[in-house]
Amino acid sequence: MNSSNAFEVRGMNLHYGSFHALKNIHLDIPKNQITALIGPSGCGKSTFLRSLNRMNDLVEGCRIDGDIRMDGEDIYGKIDVNHLRKRVGMVFQKPNPFPMSIYDNVAYGPRTHGVKNKPQLDALVEKSLKDAAIWDEVKDRLKKSALGLSGGQQQRLCIARALAAQPEVILMDEPTSALDPISTSHIEELALTLKDQYTIIIVTHNMQQAARISDRTVFFLLGEVIESGETEQIFSSPRDKRTEDYITGRFG
Amino acid sequence: MKTLCRYTRRMSAFLRRHYVGSRLMNFAVHAAAAVTVLVLGFLVAYIVVRGVPNLKPSLFALQYTSDNQSMLPAIINTCTMTFISLLLAVPFGVGAAIDLTEYARRGSRLTRLVQMTTQTLSGIPSIVYGLFGMLMFNNALQLGYSMLSGALTLAIMILPLIMRTTQEALSAVPDMYREGSFGLGAGKLRTVFFVVLPSAMPGILSGVILAIGRIVGETAALMYTSGTVAKVAGLMDSGTMLALHMYKQASEGLYLNEAYATSVVLLVLVLLINLLSAKTAKLMMKGRG
Repeated sequence: MNSSNAFEVRGMNLHYGSFHALKNIHLDIPKNQITALIGPSGCGKSTFLRSLNRMNDLVEGCRIDGDIRMDGEDIYGKIDVNHLRKRVGMVFQKPNPFPMSIYDNVAYGPRTHGVKNKPQLDALVEKSLKDAAIWDEVKDRLKKSALGLSGGQQQRLCIARALAAQPEVILMDEPTSALDPISTSHIEELALTLKDQYTIIIVTHNMQQAARISDRTVFFLLGEVIESGETEQIFSSPRDKRTEDYITGRFG
Repeated sequence: MKTLCRYTRRMSAFLRRHYVGSRLMNFAVHAAAAVTVLVLGFLVAYIVVRGVPNLKPSLFALQYTSDNQSMLPAIINTCTMTFISLLLAVPFGVGAAIDLTEYARRGSRLTRLVQMTTQTLSGIPSIVYGLFGMLMFNNALQLGYSMLSGALTLAIMILPLIMRTTQEALSAVPDMYREGSFGLGAGKLRTVFFVVLPSAMPGILSGVILAIGRIVGETAALMYTSGTVAKVAGLMDSGTMLALHMYKQASEGLYLNEAYATSVVLLVLVLLINLLSAKTAKLMMKGRG
């Protein structure tokens, strides 16, 4: 295992019942970079993302074989799933803050993992909210319900909530698809600042977004990885005809 | 041009016809709402008009005698009974609902069986529960006429109600909350108790309120189990409840005025309980969504 990779995926297959959703995936995901997963709807990119923190375990009839290693450790082997999900945080397509106060939302992760000390918790909440670039907007209303925030604020709160669990990797499943352009650019800037400390894997339908923020791009089609590489190269000189057709908008 | 004219003419006729239809519909739904409110208003007004003049201090004496017809013991018993029945039924009802919605496989045969059973149970008339309670608790378990056997009977009766409302409240909690919690590394138990259950609390509480309504208004299930002794009762004593007390007063025919007075108090009690529950629900939702 190359230590500059966060994930190494070898010969991975995923079935939903009899449907073969991901076919023989080989992929390296480098640390401290933004990797964008692109492809038309139903191509398996979200499914792939969700196998990295084992969220697919919750789906009935989902079967995975092959090898997915995080820092050399087989994440489908004998590991603590909750610990894996602490290390690999996730931001969902629709902002999903819990119906509790802003503070309690951010403190949920640390509390889950045993942080009880109040000053320590306060510091962690503040740092996470600052890192998610939402501190100034919410610092006076930490005890208010998180559901009173706007959609874009809610999504940044969800990022803060993920950060507070002190993950190594952050998975983002189309994090801006429910947001307006201004909120989207906030989240994109945020992703760029976060990559110094975290590995970020983002699923996006927005080609410009992938081109703007990602270092590497992976193109999925019908459950297969067609092409992966530096974002520059994928967008300027794709090797595969299908990649070219997709990024130029000929289908998808 | 001619065709266009004909077209607009036909169009406006169409609109006119629909306009009349929608006016009619509008009137019908307003009328339906008005009738509902009127019936309820008439009922309450009737009870208040007949009952309030008969409210005398002697009706609230600590000791019941056939002269004073005091309902205070019945009021106290009603509160005790409500408390004990809920204490017995809520943990089981909510627990079973959590198991069915969060742990058991959705749509499995067991879930369907339990679902069907609870639906059937909630349709059984309360007198049947009363007979069962008498045979089971009073006789077989030798609890005799007692508040305990009454409370056990009522607990069985409201169990399906609490279970069903809790189940509905839990399934109404969006899956994205569960995913969010799992995604942060929380286990099942933490997810259920810290995220799902609090979000479902208003729904669960409204089920409990419905259950309280049934308990307070129950007569048939208690006649054979807790009995009709008008005394402040302990757990193992027989004691009457407000609704049963009123039934006795009215059926004997001698104390109709007192029965009306009792029904005013019953009405106020139910209203108070509802207000209180709404208050608690609001309090619990403070700082939440």
